[in-house]
Amino acid sequence: MTRLKNDCFGQWIDTTQPKKFTFEGNVIEGFDGDSVASALLAHQVWVQSRSFKYHRPRGPLTLSGQDANTLVQSPKTPNLLADRVPVEEGLQLSGQNYSGWLGFDLSRTLDWFGRFLPVGFYYKAFFKPRGMWALWEPIVRRAAGLGISNLSVKADYTDKAYLFCDVAVIGGGPAGLHAALKVADGGADVLLVEQDPSLGGSLNYHAFSSDLKETQRQRDALIRNVFEHPNIKVLQSATCNAWFGDHYLPVLQGHRLFKVRAKQTLLATGSSEQHAIFRNNDLPGVVMCSAIDRLSRLYGVIPERPLAVLAGNDLAYSTAFSSHDAGATVVAIIDLRAQCDDQTLRAEAEARGIQVYAQCVVYEARSEWGAHRLSRVDVHGLHHDSGVGQKVASIDCGVLAMSVGYMPAYQLACQAGALLQYDDANAQFSISNLPKGMHIAGSINSVFTLSALECDARNAARAALRALDIAVAERDEAVDCRASVNHPWPFVKHPKGREFVDFDEDLQIKDIVNATRMGYRDIQLVKRFSTVGMGPSQGRHSALPTARLVAKATNRSVTQTGVTTARPPLTPEPLGLLAGRRFHPLRRTALHHRHLALNGQMIPAGSWQRPAYYGQPADRRSAIDAEVTAVRTGVGLIDVSTLGGIDLRGPDAPEFMNRLYTFGFVKQPVGKTRYAVMTNEQGVVSDDGVAARLSEHHYYVTATTTGVDQVYRDMLKWNAQWRLDLDIANVTSALSAVNLAGPLSREVLRQAECDLDLSPEQFPYLAYREATIGGIPTRLMRVGFVGELGYELHVPSPLVGELWDRLMTAGHAHSIRPFGVEAQRLLRLEKGHIIVGQDTDGMTHPNEVALRWAIAQHKPFYVGGRSVEILSSRPLERQLVGFELTDVSTQPMEGHLVIREGEIVGSVTSCEFSPTLQKIIGLAYVHPEDAAAGSQIVIRIESGVCAQARVVKTPFYDPDNARQSL
Amino acid sequence: MKIMNCPLNGPRNISEFVYGGQVKTMPDHRLSSDSAWAEYVFYEKTEIGLVLEWWLHSPSSYWFIAERHNGSDEITRTFAPEAIFCDRVDFKTSEVPV
Repeated sequence: MTRLKNDCFGQWIDTTQPKKFTFEGNVIEGFDGDSVASALLAHQVWVQSRSFKYHRPRGPLTLSGQDANTLVQSPKTPNLLADRVPVEEGLQLSGQNYSGWLGFDLSRTLDWFGRFLPVGFYYKAFFKPRGMWALWEPIVRRAAGLGISNLSVKADYTDKAYLFCDVAVIGGGPAGLHAALKVADGGADVLLVEQDPSLGGSLNYHAFSSDLKETQRQRDALIRNVFEHPNIKVLQSATCNAWFGDHYLPVLQGHRLFKVRAKQTLLATGSSEQHAIFRNNDLPGVVMCSAIDRLSRLYGVIPERPLAVLAGNDLAYSTAFSSHDAGATVVAIIDLRAQCDDQTLRAEAEARGIQVYAQCVVYEARSEWGAHRLSRVDVHGLHHDSGVGQKVASIDCGVLAMSVGYMPAYQLACQAGALLQYDDANAQFSISNLPKGMHIAGSINSVFTLSALECDARNAARAALRALDIAVAERDEAVDCRASVNHPWPFVKHPKGREFVDFDEDLQIKDIVNATRMGYRDIQLVKRFSTVGMGPSQGRHSALPTARLVAKATNRSVTQTGVTTARPPLTPEPLGLLAGRRFHPLRRTALHHRHLALNGQMIPAGSWQRPAYYGQPADRRSAIDAEVTAVRTGVGLIDVSTLGGIDLRGPDAPEFMNRLYTFGFVKQPVGKTRYAVMTNEQGVVSDDGVAARLSEHHYYVTATTTGVDQVYRDMLKWNAQWRLDLDIANVTSALSAVNLAGPLSREVLRQAECDLDLSPEQFPYLAYREATIGGIPTRLMRVGFVGELGYELHVPSPLVGELWDRLMTAGHAHSIRPFGVEAQRLLRLEKGHIIVGQDTDGMTHPNEVALRWAIAQHKPFYVGGRSVEILSSRPLERQLVGFELTDVSTQPMEGHLVIREGEIVGSVTSCEFSPTLQKIIGLAYVHPEDAAAGSQIVIRIESGVCAQARVVKTPFYDPDNARQSL
Repeated sequence: MKIMNCPLNGPRNISEFVYGGQVKTMPDHRLSSDSAWAEYVFYEKTEIGLVLEWWLHSPSSYWFIAERHNGSDEITRTFAPEAIFCDRVDFKTSEVPV
């Protein structure tokens, strides 16, 4: 068909640039600027989708992406809105949710059985007996699904960007344009976000006056001023999809997600036109007036078949007139009201030869058999007292345009906590309780005439400027908003039903009313029971009629029933936009590349990477065993840089240590280390480490790899309250550390040129020394985590590589081996040393893990002390013990349960095969009565098999601790 | 995303902060009953109204106190802990130091 293309009609299309695409295999020719839906309608393709439940044919309703009637599928992407997708050469689209073909959906028969499929049917029919849903679900889902995801498609590139502005103006219609200019003139930075490809909003399509050209001139001037204004940044084809705290706005534009931080938000989001509710109001051809306006003014598509208009307000007349003037055959205006607000409209209609049926209603829309398209409407009289009366006329028409009311686009405001109120008497909405920094203007604020809109927008802009502390001299303008646009009751119940309230979910009047009869009075419950408003259009058209129906059925007002909660996102969001790129910070020790060179198999330890063992994965077991053997019989070297390190300096450092850790530290001698356990206020073991006293006022304390951040924070927080005189510094990254362990370690250290008397008399077990090793300043600690003679060497991080090389060279003659986390875990397990976080959980108190010895009994205070005291006065509920299994075929895993008389009493926290001892050893929580050495416990291992284990005393290895103190 | 005003660093995204629990007064750990102690350790104020909370600005490891309305989630003010914790706290020392 030919398109109308002049100054005022077909504004968005370029008829010199045809573009071909296919829909359902048929080639369709549109133009540059067309949406897929407009190009299809130009070719009389009205059926563009099938409904969700009854598979009824559906066509465009709003032509602005506000409804779900135009959901189509491309080979790559499902659920595209045809009225939002621009036509592109070669685009391939099809309908979705049908079997057979779009024009003849085999599932259409579901519609005939509709009365057997009431709301709640699925819950009632398919969930009993228990387990049946698993059988039904695939069948129901196939029949009720939407598009098909193509899993083999390569994901599109998406990214994120950050924007900052003083005022974000959402909506580039008349109110948004005026507001943006006013705010920008005041000197504030504005971001203007418009969903359509062009600014202008209703100025682009609505006939505000009979002089269309004059409206367009005003619009063009406004838009030019906006683009030329240095303080305004414009985003078009962009959707502000939510409002988050303190004006944090996600704005979607193509493949990019903008995270906008605004100081103020000005919503000029407009309102969405509402449909009238009568039998077969979902027939393709039944559309909003604004859709007809958009179709003709933006895309130059003029309905070929006769057009009838259903009016609930004066705005409908402008659609009738502009369509008539553009060449459409407007056959009738069916007005629900007895009178127009503007008395001249009737005469104007008659002058154009349009018959007006006053105080009438469309009782039913009809189609020719098999045509799936509106062909006729039955018009009945309307009486305020007795409802629908006699049939007045039957009008042949191919298109019915409705204008019975507008619902403010309230979603963003209500997400921010605003209240939507409805004045039942005047059918007027108002939005109140706006959060700080949010302003509304235009039809979202129920202001519909151009002159009033302008004043309203400037007022909102002034409010935004004042909130930004920008002086505004002028006073606010009076806004005249007398235009009434909402008809109070555009419902016509029909005995045969099919008056759709919610097109997405195929819900009719009776579905909503029945929900209230079943006891669901609350609007939220009605929604959950009936699924009203849960479809892709998220209640933009169903929220108001549902609220009205529920209010009437329960004898309340719409304000009392309210509308369902609006939550983000406003429109469906591609997951790719949310996923973006990952940011997982990864920490590497200064020795990382040496580990890699030695074939270290790196594993995560908190945010760090550590070598699990050195060697090929195929040789894992033998590599770990060889590393263990090296430490037990020769010498090994491990990177322990990931251990936390905290320096505490100041006169109150001893007092502070005494309060944070359970042991006594005030009398700790300088040059000695002590095991340091920390409990939290609940008396739960929270971390452990080794504390060295470097001098009278200086302690250096280690913390676990994953615990140090929390330990450091806790220390800072406590001292924010205690105000003791000390400095607390997290030196985890500043210092790196290695542990040289094994009977030959003293020899290696000596050969590495350590300038310290390393004799056991001068540097005994648990001592702390400072020395240089080949010139590298080192903090040395003799600790015994792995149970052999060993030295923990802490050096400035830039020097640790040199230290490592020096030790490896010195150890070469002694067959030194680097060892990894796996060997270290096994070695410490052989010694029965716990790892906080692995062998303890969020409930473990010191008595359960035999740490009573590590608590000083006569301290004035330590964190958790009082709680530990209370816990200690109660009988133990479980105890961590060592166990062994002689049968090596049944190794329990960490987490396997300890069973006693059929009850779970604990679990395995560590378990390994010890090559040194040639048996399986482990730690487990058991019932206190089973804690004595020699008790038998039952561990349920893989596939429910029960293994017998024997409780033994720890350490498993070197019970007298002779080797570490050599 | 909310913004919180760090007394040391100025307004920052809430994702930079770590919650540290309500500001509570520790009862005398030697004199309070077990239940009073448990109340201190485990209970937080849940009545709707203003609460004082510890917050940490994580990148700078700075603890401060925020006054927040737990109904509206409005942060009414933030301030350095010295405003409340101005004096050194000492616990009664036992006779035998260890």
